[in-house]
Amino acid sequence: MFSFLLRRLLTFVPTFFGVTIVAFAFIRLLPGDPILLLAGERGVSPERYNELAAQFGFDRPMWVQYFEYIGGIFQGDLGTSFVTKKPVLDEFFALFPATLELAICAITLAVVLGIPAGVIAAVNRGKFFDQALMSTALVGYSMPIFWWALLLIIVFSSGLGWTPVSGRISLLYFFDTPTGFMLIDSLMSGQKGAFVSAISHLILPTIVLATIPLAIIARQTRSAMLEVLGEDYVRTARAKGLAPLVINGVHALRNAMIPVITVIGLSVGTLLAGAILTETIFSWPGIGKWMVDSIFRRDYQVVQGGLLMIATIVMVVNLTVDVLYGLINPKIRKG
Amino acid sequence: MSLLEIRNLSVEFATASGAFRAVDGVDVTVDQGDLMAIVGESGSGKSVSMLALMGLLPWTATITADVMTFDGRNLQKISPRARRQIVGRDISMIFQEPMSSLNPCFTVGFQIKESLRLHTDLTRRQRHDRAVELMTLVGIPAPEKRLSAFPHQLSGGMSQRAMIAMALACRPKLLIADEPTTALDVTIQAQILELLIELQETTGMALILITHDMGVVAETVQRVSVQYAGQRVEEQPVTDLFENPHHPYTAALLAALPERATERHLPTIPGVVPGQFDRPQGCLFSPRCRFADARCRAEVPVRANAGMGFALCHYPLDKGVPQPRKDTA
Repeated sequence: MFSFLLRRLLTFVPTFFGVTIVAFAFIRLLPGDPILLLAGERGVSPERYNELAAQFGFDRPMWVQYFEYIGGIFQGDLGTSFVTKKPVLDEFFALFPATLELAICAITLAVVLGIPAGVIAAVNRGKFFDQALMSTALVGYSMPIFWWALLLIIVFSSGLGWTPVSGRISLLYFFDTPTGFMLIDSLMSGQKGAFVSAISHLILPTIVLATIPLAIIARQTRSAMLEVLGEDYVRTARAKGLAPLVINGVHALRNAMIPVITVIGLSVGTLLAGAILTETIFSWPGIGKWMVDSIFRRDYQVVQGGLLMIATIVMVVNLTVDVLYGLINPKIRKG
Repeated sequence: MSLLEIRNLSVEFATASGAFRAVDGVDVTVDQGDLMAIVGESGSGKSVSMLALMGLLPWTATITADVMTFDGRNLQKISPRARRQIVGRDISMIFQEPMSSLNPCFTVGFQIKESLRLHTDLTRRQRHDRAVELMTLVGIPAPEKRLSAFPHQLSGGMSQRAMIAMALACRPKLLIADEPTTALDVTIQAQILELLIELQETTGMALILITHDMGVVAETVQRVSVQYAGQRVEEQPVTDLFENPHHPYTAALLAALPERATERHLPTIPGVVPGQFDRPQGCLFSPRCRFADARCRAEVPVRANAGMGFALCHYPLDKGVPQPRKDTA
C-alpha cells in the first residue's frame, strides 16, 4: 500500500509541471491585454502603460516570467491579483469553502439518491421501476444546467416563494465566518433563523449541481449491479438463504461499487473545479465564479494560480479514489 | 417418508425465441443418508432441476411440478421467507466454479459465519469456533489464519473446501454438489470427492452429486439417475447400472469410458443434445441412438418399470440387446 501511494505521488510531479505550463500559456495566449482592461474606458498613456508593464513584470521575456512564477510556487506564493491586489492564495481560500460546501451537499445528494435508484432499477430490470428511473435519469443527464436552474428559480423562488433566488444567506444576518462554511458558521453565530436561511439558500443550487452526477451515478450503479447480479457468488449468497436486501445491498453492491466510485470521483473533481454555471446563476461566491471573472479581466496571476490549485485538488481526489478501490476490493490492495 | 420427493418437475425458460423446456418431467427421490448421482451431458438439465429445487433460477424460469416436498414440507406452497429458512440450512449446494462462487470482497470467515448468523442462535464466539471446526473438518490447514483470508488468496481446491465448509455450516440434511470437481486439477478432484463421501458418511446427510463423469459415479455413489435433454431416461443402483444398462444412452455413455474401451478407438456418441429448435418428435435420443427405428422417431416412449431401470425407451436393453416392451406392447 505504501509503495503504491508513493508511486502515485511521483506521477503528480510531471502532471503538476504540465499544469503550470498550460495555465501559464493558456491565459497569455488569449487575446486581450490586462493593463488595457484595467485602465477601462478612459485608456492609458504609453508612459503609464510601460510603467505598469514594468511593475507587473510583463516587460521581461516569457521564460523569465515563467521561472519567477515557478519559483514563487515553491515558496508558497501564487502571485497577487492585479485587480484586488490581494495574494491569490488568500482569495482562493476565502472562496473555496463556498464551493466545497456546495459540492459536498451536491455529491451527497447524488450518492444518497443515485446509488439506491441504480440498485432498485437493476433489481427490477425491465420492469416499471427500471424504466421510470432510467428515463428520469436520462432526462436529468441531458438537461441543460442553466435552463434547469432557471426553471427551478421560476417555480420555487418567484412562483411559490419557497426558496431565495441567490446568495448564500439572507442579508438580515451578519456574523463572522471563521470556517467559511455557511451551515457551520450560521449555527455557531447563534442567531435565530440564520441556519434555516443558510439551508434554504443551499437547496436549489444543490439540486441543480447534483442533477447530472445523480443521473450518471444511477446509470452506472445500475449497469454495474446488473453485471454483478449474474456472478456466481451472488448465486452462492442466495443459496445460503439470505434475504434479497442483504444479497443486493451487501454481496452485490460492494462488488458493484468499483466503477461507481470512479464516476463519483470524477464528479467530485468537476464539482470542486467550480460549478461555473451554477455559481454564476445563483450568485454563489465560489471559485467557479471567481475564475470566470478573472478570465474576463485577464487577471493572469489569479487564473494561473487558481487553475493550479484546482488541478491539485482534482489530482488529490483521484488519488483518494484509487485508495478507496483497495479498501473496497481486497484484490486490488496488493497492487 | 423420503427426505426429498420431486414428481414430474418441469422448468421452462422464456427466451426471445419462445419457451425452452430445460427440464421435462423429472422425478427425484432422496432418502435420508442417500448418496445418489445425476448424470448427463451438458445441457441435459441436471443442474437446472436442482437449481429449481433451491429456488435459484432467474425469473425467466417457470417451474411446475406435481410434487415437490422436502422433509415433509411442500416447497411449492411455502412463502419465499419460509423457503429461505430451509435453503442454506437444511439444503445446501456447492457449485462448479469454486473460485468465482466466493465473494471476492469478503473474507472466507465472514462468508462461513454469515450462514451461522442467519440460521442459528450461536453467539459470536461460538460462530467463530464453529467456523474453525468446519475449516478443520474440510481439511484446510491453519484454519484460524485462513478465516481472515480473502478468496483470491486461496487455490481452487482450497476454495472448494471453503465452499463445502460454508455448505455444511448449519448441518444440512441434504447437500447438492453441482459438478464440484469439474474446474479443479485431476489430483485435487479425487481429494474433494473423497472429502465429500467421507463427510456424507460421518454426518449422515444425503448427497446428490451432479456430474457428467461416469468414472466418478462408479467409485462414489449408491444410486444413479441418468438425464438426457431434460428427461430422466434411467435410474438404477450403481452396480446394476454398470453391469446392465437398460437405456441405450446409458449404454453408450458407459461404452465411452476409456477404461471400458476394448478397441483402439474410443467409442463416441455421434451428434449433440437437441436444443430449442431441433427437438425430435418421438424419443429425444432417437437421432443419436444406434438401435432407433421408425417407431422411436415417431412415438414418445413410455417409462419402463423398476426392473428395467425406469428406462424411457421403446426397446430397453437387457445385456446389451434391445427387448420388445412386455408392459406396453
